[in-house]
Formats: sequence, C-alpha cells, structure tokens
Amino acid sequence: MRVGLLAAALLGIGACAGAVAAGADNPWRTLPGGEFASVLRYEDTGGKVALRGFALQQRPVTNADYLAFVKQHPRWQRGKAPVVFAESRYLEHWAGPTTLGPDAKPDQPVVMVSWFAAQAYCESIDARLPTWSEWEYAAAADETRADARSDPAWRERILAWYSVPSGRPLPAVGQSAPDVHGVQDLHGLVWEWVEDHSAMLVSADNREQGDPDAMRFCGAGALSMDDRENYAVLMRVAMLSALEGDDATKNLGFRCARDLPGARP
Amino acid sequence: MTRLPHALSMACLLVACLLAPGPAAAAAAALPDDSIYRLEDRFSDQAGQSFTLADRRGKPQLVAMFYTSCRYICPLIVDSAKGVEHRLTPEERARLGILLVSLDPARDDTAALASVAAKRKLDPARWTLARTEAAGVRRVAALLGIRYRALADGEFNHSSVLVLLDAQGRVLARTEKLGTVPDPAFLAAVKAALAAPPGG
Repeated sequence: MRVGLLAAALLGIGACAGAVAAGADNPWRTLPGGEFASVLRYEDTGGKVALRGFALQQRPVTNADYLAFVKQHPRWQRGKAPVVFAESRYLEHWAGPTTLGPDAKPDQPVVMVSWFAAQAYCESIDARLPTWSEWEYAAAADETRADARSDPAWRERILAWYSVPSGRPLPAVGQSAPDVHGVQDLHGLVWEWVEDHSAMLVSADNREQGDPDAMRFCGAGALSMDDRENYAVLMRVAMLSALEGDDATKNLGFRCARDLPGARP
Repeated sequence: MTRLPHALSMACLLVACLLAPGPAAAAAAALPDDSIYRLEDRFSDQAGQSFTLADRRGKPQLVAMFYTSCRYICPLIVDSAKGVEHRLTPEERARLGILLVSLDPARDDTAALASVAAKRKLDPARWTLARTEAAGVRRVAALLGIRYRALADGEFNHSSVLVLLDAQGRVLARTEKLGTVPDPAFLAAVKAALAAPPGG
C-alpha cells in the first residue's frame, strides 16, 4: 500500500499540472463539416459524405486522463471491467488497476483499451467516439489545408510513420504541429478507435442464396476503395474493420468527439 | 451418504441466495464475466415495456438484429427464428425466449415493433421485439458480432446472424445460415441448451 502511494506520488510529479479531471486539459477543437470525399466509396454514397460540424479533442486521451476516469468509475478498472467488454490484456502495461507505473507515462496516449472502454470514457465527459467519417475528415488536414490528401508530400510524411519500429515506447501526446483545425497527432502516434469501426464492411455485397457469405449483408452496400494510393488511410480501415469491440492492442488509443449545438449538414 | 444432506443444504442456501431480493447492482454482480447481460442499456419492447438484458436471465434466448422497414433479409431473420421454433417440442418452446433488437431506433418506435409482431403473428409470451438508443444499438451489435451500416436511402447493410445465449447471457452458438430450415448444428445447440437444467 505504501509502495503504491509512493509510486502514485512520484507519478503525480511527472504528470502535467492540472490533469485532475479526465480530459480536463485536452481542449476541444471545432471542425466545420461539409461535404467530404471519403476514401471508402460505397455503392450508395459514391464516396460522398455530408458531415455536420463537430468538436474533436485536440490530442488523444492520455494515461493520466484515463487514470482519472477509472478512479471515478471503478467498474472500468483493470480486473473489474467484465471480459465481455475488455479482453484480458486491457491496460496490462499499467503497474496496477489505479497505478500507471514505468511502462505508462502520464502524457503518453492510453493504449490497450477496448472500444467499449473508450466509449465509456467519452460518455463520462458527455462526449462520444468520432465516427469513421469524422476521423477521416479531420485526418485529411495538414498545418495549412483542410484537405491535403492530394499532396504527395503529405502522403509521404504519413507513410514514414509506418516505417518506425513499433517496439519503441510511444512518444508523449502533443508533439506534432497542430493542423489547420488545431488538432494534433491524428497521424504518427497511435491508431484510434472510431464509433462505427465495425460498420466498415470491407466485403462485396451479394444477395444470392446458398453461399453463407452471400447472406451476410442486406441492402446495397458494396464498397470499393476510391483512392488506392492513400495507403495510410486504407491501412487504418483494414485494421479497424478487423477489430472486435473487446480487443485491446498496443498501438490503439482514442480521442472523443462531440456534436456542436444546432449543427446540421 | 453423509455428504448428501450437506450438499442439499448448500444447494438450498444457494437457491435462497438467488431468490433473496436484493438491489439491482447485486444481481448484476452475480452475472458471469462473459455474459452480454452485463450491458446496462435500457430497452423497450413492442408493448412499450422497459427492460435491461439482465432481466432476461433464466431462459436461453435466441437473439437477432433487424429493422422493421427491411424488405429483403429481415423477414428471413424472423422466418429463421420461427424455423427453429417449429422444430422444438411445446415444452422446449416454452423454455426459449426470442429477442429481436432493432438496428433503426430512429424509425422503429413501439408502434412499428408492435405492427411487425402482429403482422408476423409473434406470440408475445416468447417473442420480444425491442429498441434502444443509437449508442446502445452499436454496443449490442458489437457484443453479438453483428456488423451494420446505415445506407443513404434509409436501409441498412448488416450481417444476418442468429445467436443463442444461455440462461445467463453467454453466447453458446451462432449461425449465419438463415432460412426456414434451420442450420442443423445450430438447432442441435438450441436443443442442448433447452435440455440443460434451468439457470445453468
């Protein structure tokens, strides 16, 4: 107990000042919305997505933020969260259920969190996870443009992240230059959960009877990838759509989004 | 022989504990760790009655997701659940609950659910058609391993699955082979679940 308290005190010194309430030092940035060309070209949308304006957290949720959350909501502590919502590896790199320890610095993005847990965190601050479209729209920006995706230099920069060995400790959040919306770390730090990760049906629609695969999807939802050169985004899609809601992995974190009052597409 | 009375008294104690009235939190705590009944979202049925999944404890359940305006696969989901039902004895049928959760809470209100229940002649003693809020729909789908996406025209693209839960809300079996003639392996799992002692 004393060791735990000491560790907590030491961690407290290392933590950002003011990181008391979950997410208190992670500002909300406003994104205007509008019509957006998604890399996911569904048959029914033609790749066009109408987005309402929304607010997005400037940075991914940190270990310190998440620690404050599990202290306020003990049912989401490691060992208490039911396995149906968070697999056994949930927060396994933390020293204890309410102790970060040497492998989880307060200002690193929280990882090893399930989709259910990420959703619960966001709901605890009256927010939600961003949809895939919102995340993709936000992640199209660079420092000067809302949509930098056609610039080969932008693509190169993002792809460079994938050549960094993933065994390295995660950097702290907030190291990258804010984009035109004031948002940071959408690329280059961690993968991020989205609310509808399981909706990205990367499979052709086929209504013929007999073949079990043919029955999986009802309605016109055939998906094609509109922009095969946008590997960075396509890799996200492939990864996110392969996950189950209770999965927790080493490079997967999240940030929250909120509706703007009165926003309409 | 001397152990039998002891075992019996333990069993009685256990039953007494299970029957003892307690706060909802205590009931939830007794659910297995891998039960989807851990979900705390509130649902309402075709009669407008509010419930949580944990309220369905005690009977194995056949669970699927659908939406009332669906023209293609969803009627087949109802047919498939009926197909399973028709292969059961009356005793087995009485021990099974059937739960259909709407993917479309914006349009599937109580009246829409009641209309499908009436049109398809779904006995309310066994069939529950339910809705919950949008975030809860995504959570139920995730727990059942069902994937869906709202389409531009108001239809939904979704995987069509029947899931069998045990009396405590743990997933026992699932099938994506739909039709009025049930998937034999799935039907066998349903029959096995209904043969198991209640509450097990």
